[in-house]
Amino acid sequence: MADIRNNFVGIKSPNPFWLASAPPTDKAYNVIRAFKAGWGGVVWKTLGEEGPPVVNVNGPRYGAIWGADRRLLGLNNIELITDRDLQVNLREIKQVKKDWPDRAIVVSLMVPCVEESWKAILPVVEETEADGIELNFGCPHGMSERGMGAAVGQVPEYIEMVVRWCKQNTRMPVITKLTPNITDVRKPARAALSGGTDAVSLINTINSITGVDLDSFAPQPTIDGKGSHGGYCGPAVKPIAMNMVAEIARDPETHGLPISGIGGITTWRDAAEFMALGAGNVQVCTAAMTYGFKIVQEMIAGLENWMDEKGHASLDDIVGRATPNVTDWQYLNLNYIAKAHIDQDACIKCGRCHIACEDTSHQAITSMVDGVRHFEVIEAECVGCNLCVNVCPVENCITMEPLAAGVMDQRTGKPVSPVYANWTTHPNNPMAKVAAE
Amino acid sequence: MPEGQFKDGIAGGRLPADQYAENFSDLHPPLDHHEALVESDRCYFCYDAPCMNACPTSIDIPLFIRQISTGNPIGSAKTIFDQNILGGMCARVCPTETLCEEVCVREVAEGKPVQIGRLQRYATDVAMAEHKQFYPRAESTGKSVAVVGAGPAGLAAAHRLARHGHEVTILEARPKAGGLNEYGIAAYKSIDNFAQAEVDYVTAVGGIDIQNGKALGRDYQLSDLTRNYDAVFLGMGLGGVNALRADGEDADGVTNAVEFIAELRQASDLSSLPVGRRVVVIGGGMTAIDAAVQSKLLGAEEVTICYRRGQEHMNASEFEQDLAAANGVTIRHWLQPKRVIAEGGKVSGIELEYTAMNGDKLAGTGERLTLTADQVFKAIGQSFVPAALNGSGAAIELEAGRIKVDAEGRTSLANVWAGGDCIFGGDDLTVSAVAQGRDAAESINRSLTQG
Repeated sequence: MADIRNNFVGIKSPNPFWLASAPPTDKAYNVIRAFKAGWGGVVWKTLGEEGPPVVNVNGPRYGAIWGADRRLLGLNNIELITDRDLQVNLREIKQVKKDWPDRAIVVSLMVPCVEESWKAILPVVEETEADGIELNFGCPHGMSERGMGAAVGQVPEYIEMVVRWCKQNTRMPVITKLTPNITDVRKPARAALSGGTDAVSLINTINSITGVDLDSFAPQPTIDGKGSHGGYCGPAVKPIAMNMVAEIARDPETHGLPISGIGGITTWRDAAEFMALGAGNVQVCTAAMTYGFKIVQEMIAGLENWMDEKGHASLDDIVGRATPNVTDWQYLNLNYIAKAHIDQDACIKCGRCHIACEDTSHQAITSMVDGVRHFEVIEAECVGCNLCVNVCPVENCITMEPLAAGVMDQRTGKPVSPVYANWTTHPNNPMAKVAAE
Repeated sequence: MPEGQFKDGIAGGRLPADQYAENFSDLHPPLDHHEALVESDRCYFCYDAPCMNACPTSIDIPLFIRQISTGNPIGSAKTIFDQNILGGMCARVCPTETLCEEVCVREVAEGKPVQIGRLQRYATDVAMAEHKQFYPRAESTGKSVAVVGAGPAGLAAAHRLARHGHEVTILEARPKAGGLNEYGIAAYKSIDNFAQAEVDYVTAVGGIDIQNGKALGRDYQLSDLTRNYDAVFLGMGLGGVNALRADGEDADGVTNAVEFIAELRQASDLSSLPVGRRVVVIGGGMTAIDAAVQSKLLGAEEVTICYRRGQEHMNASEFEQDLAAANGVTIRHWLQPKRVIAEGGKVSGIELEYTAMNGDKLAGTGERLTLTADQVFKAIGQSFVPAALNGSGAAIELEAGRIKVDAEGRTSLANVWAGGDCIFGGDDLTVSAVAQGRDAAESINRSLTQG
């Protein structure tokens, strides 16, 4: 049986599945239920500084988009950090950690961007014996208007400064949580590393409006006729999050910096993909908020089964395995030629491949052959774009088949070259580098 | 078990009073809003969609389903009505399992087609509930058209003609409009007086005057119409019922299935409608199934359909055959009626002969079987009765006993078109009658406006 125990910057947990800092980790009651269900760890919902807690809106906090069967695809929230008293949270954290010593408890923090505030909160968190802290530089709504959350995460200099304060004032490992609401995620990651962070976690939620009520013309979720952008999460954000994880993992400056992957993780497969791209573990929120804590059982068993099947003994065998295969476009092999192939036995003749190709791409799929509806790739027109594969409703009906070296590409009339060649040396590239001597 | 079920002879009240309403409720209950969204999401929005090609009225099915999925049932209904103004009834009575749903790619892929019929009903129900009329009439042309028969063909023709600005008079022999939609389908396929609601919806376009109780050949002649109207559309359906050609078929208790079905549809109190204890239905089409299933639902103890050929030759779709079986009807094949047995003038049984294919010809084997029966329904097809046509003036050319028309629905007589079951070459489906009525109306319109 594969060993899925996780050691993330020295924080140990029985599996790599943590609950992200969010409503499910706001109080002991929920966290205990999560641990009973099998979660490896939690990042306790963000604590603010001592004093009157923040207040939340009293109308809808969440908005969503759905598939036709109301399957939730994306969730948006305008909830702020914990609105419970700091001392209550600290007491509960301490008690839960005492009761569940084998589980990871990391405490998310967000206080004003002044050193005194951080100096004040760090020791009281340390006192709970929590395993680490996560700096919430990501929340895009509400707190950012007060100079916290994403307002810090969008300024690399602030990130570096706050991380440094924390590293100087606590023995606890520091995980810096990054906002995706920036242009280049490598910059804040580099800043966090410069400040001495032990790890980064990403992504936090994405600025979003989930819908507009077309009767009242109000954005959703709607509070008394008005709406504010919330933070978007759930399955819809996974591709964006994975790219950001990969960008940091493969950046020479941050390569090797531990990453806790977050963003739409719903199944064991999602988790495995994040880890393959370089995440040392994963954090989950929307899936739990949609289906409850029990989903972790599927995640644990699924990950173990896959690892057993593939012969991966421990998480170290999979973390970062896909990172070297993420590259820049300019290095993709332009001599690699693939053609779509339609399995006629599997084809149900919906014609979507044809119309997608015919209307919007390369006119490379037939619709009628000898008076009969028939969908077949015209290799002389096929550029191998993969659109037909993506729109086909039948899995594995259309596949991309690489042409072997030496085979004639009917589109260009030239044989496939066995040589790897990319844009950097392509004759059409005005910036082409002269081949090395 | 209610006592009435075992009462010999033909009797009413075989079931507890409240059982009737349950037995004759909607066969396919309507989809609710969420069900419609989920079902519409199953549609792949195929290119050159097989369902659309299979529909005799060529409704743009992928488009109307997509409109449902985007929360636009009114737009969806218009897409349907553009091609088929009787889309509401067709959604209920079309044998979709042998038309659009049979060729649905999801039927091919997983044996579970998109429920096109039920989605069509969903959209048309929404529009009809809102009394949404999509088609303003064109300016009056001053032309008048007579339509014989207010069935699906006649109504479709009338609606299209009225849209084009012609004045339409429908002459209908029966007391109500609707044709087979009103008189000819099983009650559980169209509940809540839907056929009349649809007639009202269709005629709401304006310019359509329906005159009931006006039978061709009895109350007026075809020559009256050709003289008084600019064009005539014949859509009178089939008036005759094929005979069993079995001895003793005039015995009391031998009934035409179509009459039984009509009587049942018109009955205000089903519990008073008499039915036999042991019923034998002769035939293999939809009418046979409708009569058999409804006999069972009325409380007949034993209902047997006897068909002279094999299961694969039955005109009734597989779905209909399953429906019969699910309702406890026995279907027996390779049996043809030879003699109705009567006691005191009343049916007491039927003697049948086994059949087999002799080369490509059906022949009796000589082996006989007698079934006890107190009621026998004839459902071996209907026939066109040409006598009414030929009261005066030139005769209309027939083909195989029905009216011969060209591709546009023109008969051999000038200014006379025809469509629906009365023409040769059709398939006796409501939806085909609608298509023929619609297309003939376009031909009439071209003729009237270009002439």
